[in-house]
Amino acid sequence: MEVETGELSLIINKYNGDKSYILAIFQDIQKKYRYLPREAVKFVCKELGVPFSKGFEVATFYKALSLKPRGKHTIHVCLGTACHLRGGPNVSETFERELKVKTGDTTEDGNFTLETVNCLGACALAPLVRIDEKDFGKTSPGVVKNIINEFRNGE
Amino acid sequence: MNMSLQEIDRIASEYKSKMEGYRKIINICTGTGCVSSGALNVFNGLKDAIESEGLSDKVLIKKTGCHGLCERGPIVVFGNDEILYQTVGKRNLDEDIKLLVETVKESRVAEKLLYKGDDKTKRYLSTHDIPFYAGQMRLVLALNGIIDPEIIEDYIAHGGYRALAKAISMDTNDVIEWIDKSGLRGKGGGGFHTGVKWRSCKSAEGSPRYVIANGDEGDPGAFMDRSLMEGNPHAIIEGMAIGAYAIGSSQGYIYVRDEYPLAVDRLLKAIGQAREYGFLGKKILGKDFDFDIGVFRGGGAFVCGESTALMTSIEGKAGEPRAKYVHTVEKGLYEKPTNLNNVETWASVPDIINKGWEWFSSIGTERSKGTKVFSLVGKVNNTGLVEVPMGMTLREIIFGLGNGIQGGKRFKAVQTGGPSGGCIPEEHLDMPVDFDSLSSLGSMMGSGGMIVMDERSCMVDVARYFLKFLVEESCGKCTPCREGVRRMFGIVDRICSGNGIKGDIEHLEELGRAVSLGSLCGLGQSAPNPVLSTIRYFRDEYLMHIEQKKCPAGVCKTLIKLGINPEKCTGCMRCASECPVGCITGEKKQVHVIDAEKCIKCGNCYDVCRFDAVIIE
Repeated sequence: MEVETGELSLIINKYNGDKSYILAIFQDIQKKYRYLPREAVKFVCKELGVPFSKGFEVATFYKALSLKPRGKHTIHVCLGTACHLRGGPNVSETFERELKVKTGDTTEDGNFTLETVNCLGACALAPLVRIDEKDFGKTSPGVVKNIINEFRNGE
Repeated sequence: MNMSLQEIDRIASEYKSKMEGYRKIINICTGTGCVSSGALNVFNGLKDAIESEGLSDKVLIKKTGCHGLCERGPIVVFGNDEILYQTVGKRNLDEDIKLLVETVKESRVAEKLLYKGDDKTKRYLSTHDIPFYAGQMRLVLALNGIIDPEIIEDYIAHGGYRALAKAISMDTNDVIEWIDKSGLRGKGGGGFHTGVKWRSCKSAEGSPRYVIANGDEGDPGAFMDRSLMEGNPHAIIEGMAIGAYAIGSSQGYIYVRDEYPLAVDRLLKAIGQAREYGFLGKKILGKDFDFDIGVFRGGGAFVCGESTALMTSIEGKAGEPRAKYVHTVEKGLYEKPTNLNNVETWASVPDIINKGWEWFSSIGTERSKGTKVFSLVGKVNNTGLVEVPMGMTLREIIFGLGNGIQGGKRFKAVQTGGPSGGCIPEEHLDMPVDFDSLSSLGSMMGSGGMIVMDERSCMVDVARYFLKFLVEESCGKCTPCREGVRRMFGIVDRICSGNGIKGDIEHLEELGRAVSLGSLCGLGQSAPNPVLSTIRYFRDEYLMHIEQKKCPAGVCKTLIKLGINPEKCTGCMRCASECPVGCITGEKKQVHVIDAEKCIKCGNCYDVCRFDAVIIE
């Protein structure tokens, strides 16, 4: 993956090149590319004067960062305790079946990446599904198809 | 801006008189819960409707933080008379908006949207009458749902930043003395005395000093801090500024979970406004006191809620904890004295300064003062946020405020303290909730997650759930946690899949003790709690899984089989249409059949059947 170093520099400058903001810089880059390209990690480390090993440690330690390319839409099925009790695992399994992917993977057409998350803090609406920035509350296996279609049709 | 107490008064009275110009103030909850129930559509729809009626100068529509009753969202409260409307726009948005506009115009009540009691006949008008609110004591959450979190004048008009002005006129030692005497303890789970912590940080050698608000609310099932950060960010900022003044710090940080984008947004806006008004920055309120706050987004790592890991994370490193031979108040962030408190603790500070320590210490129990916010979730009727005085019993919270168990099912346990806590059975429901009592039951108060479980919740599966969570979230630094928790997960997973063997329970107990003793940080030390507490109170359920290969709650998939009772099945076809794999067949008004080969045992049919015809064997 080719990364646009000019854009990366802009992001780094936003944080005045302060290396304590490396996580925030990575998050901003990920927002741009929908994932964190390895090349970008290298570039950021060089610019901040951080050894690549340390930068890579940060990039792999935090679950929010993904070094693997992501699909156009990211589906987060919440599996916090409340969601787990109210049937969250059944919802995530239904997504796996409908999209024919395993959790953590991206569909062949590059449309969806399926992920689970340990709590989105909307426990009263369990089980919760967040796609990109939209939340769906009180879901069940029965509504999964409709949710997927809403995003497929919205292309 | 040159800020002073007179200036605060002026802003407050100016804003108040502006508000008095409106005939009606309508508060729409825009917390994460209500937003996902469609609150923004309600907000936009109502705003447009009011505008087209030409009432914009008479009716103010406000976005507020979380009202707490997320189950009945979107929540709309008519501010002046505190009439609460629930599930607005859930069935028909246009109709509900029309109804609300009519109630504004004709000054009447929209009966249809009022909160209803169990028997569906009693309707509750005001927030004060609804049992969910009536039993609460909302202090920290008092302004949540009333003020617009994005307008600093609204906070000021409700008494905001007066505590900072008062504190700054006091001697720093006196401020600490007040907090100490009030009995305030850390609400993030530790329960450490806040005043003692502040004093240690102040007297520690080193400069600069830092103050940090921990908003990395990682406990699954808990969202108190999210609601505070979203609903009343200025209270946190004000609390931190008071703390910074007392301790002698000029730089603070708020560490927020990556999963809370709205909270980050609101905090950044609030900090910007506070700077503009001179509550942050140089020479605050004309005194020789400089203080500013930075917001730090987490990266989705549970362990970063642990104080030392959080500080390492702010330094730009992988957030691993360290041993606390030297406390963080002496050597914390960048090896400098650092005072870290939870978001809710900081938000409690302004009230104590305003109303006095005597007032605060008169609330609660002997050793746990004030109130605590809980997120009451799971299989309970009224899910949402509740704030209660310390010492209220679990039964009062779950069956009083929470209105009992969903679907009239039987209560089984309540889980508190997240992955560090435990499950408490029915026999201990009359235990008053405070820092010490829950620990004596093998659980802990934790940050305030309260997850209610019913007869359809399998306790072995719950233990398995938390272990899986902890396996994923263990940072891997120390062996007992990294390997021990993984081994414990292996055993419980085996029990759930029907391969448990005699001795597994004893093995788990032994491993649990070792992990607890040998781990470096709180995550590992408390990791065995969910397993040990479920073994302690639900040993029989473990034995059923191991000896009889049965899951009485009907959750562990390899141990159950679903079938349909032909005598009860009415052939309504509901289960067939809801089955995600289409394994249920049957004609209308004919008995349905489940194809055991294709069935994935998700239990959906069991949950949707209205005739109890689906049976779990």
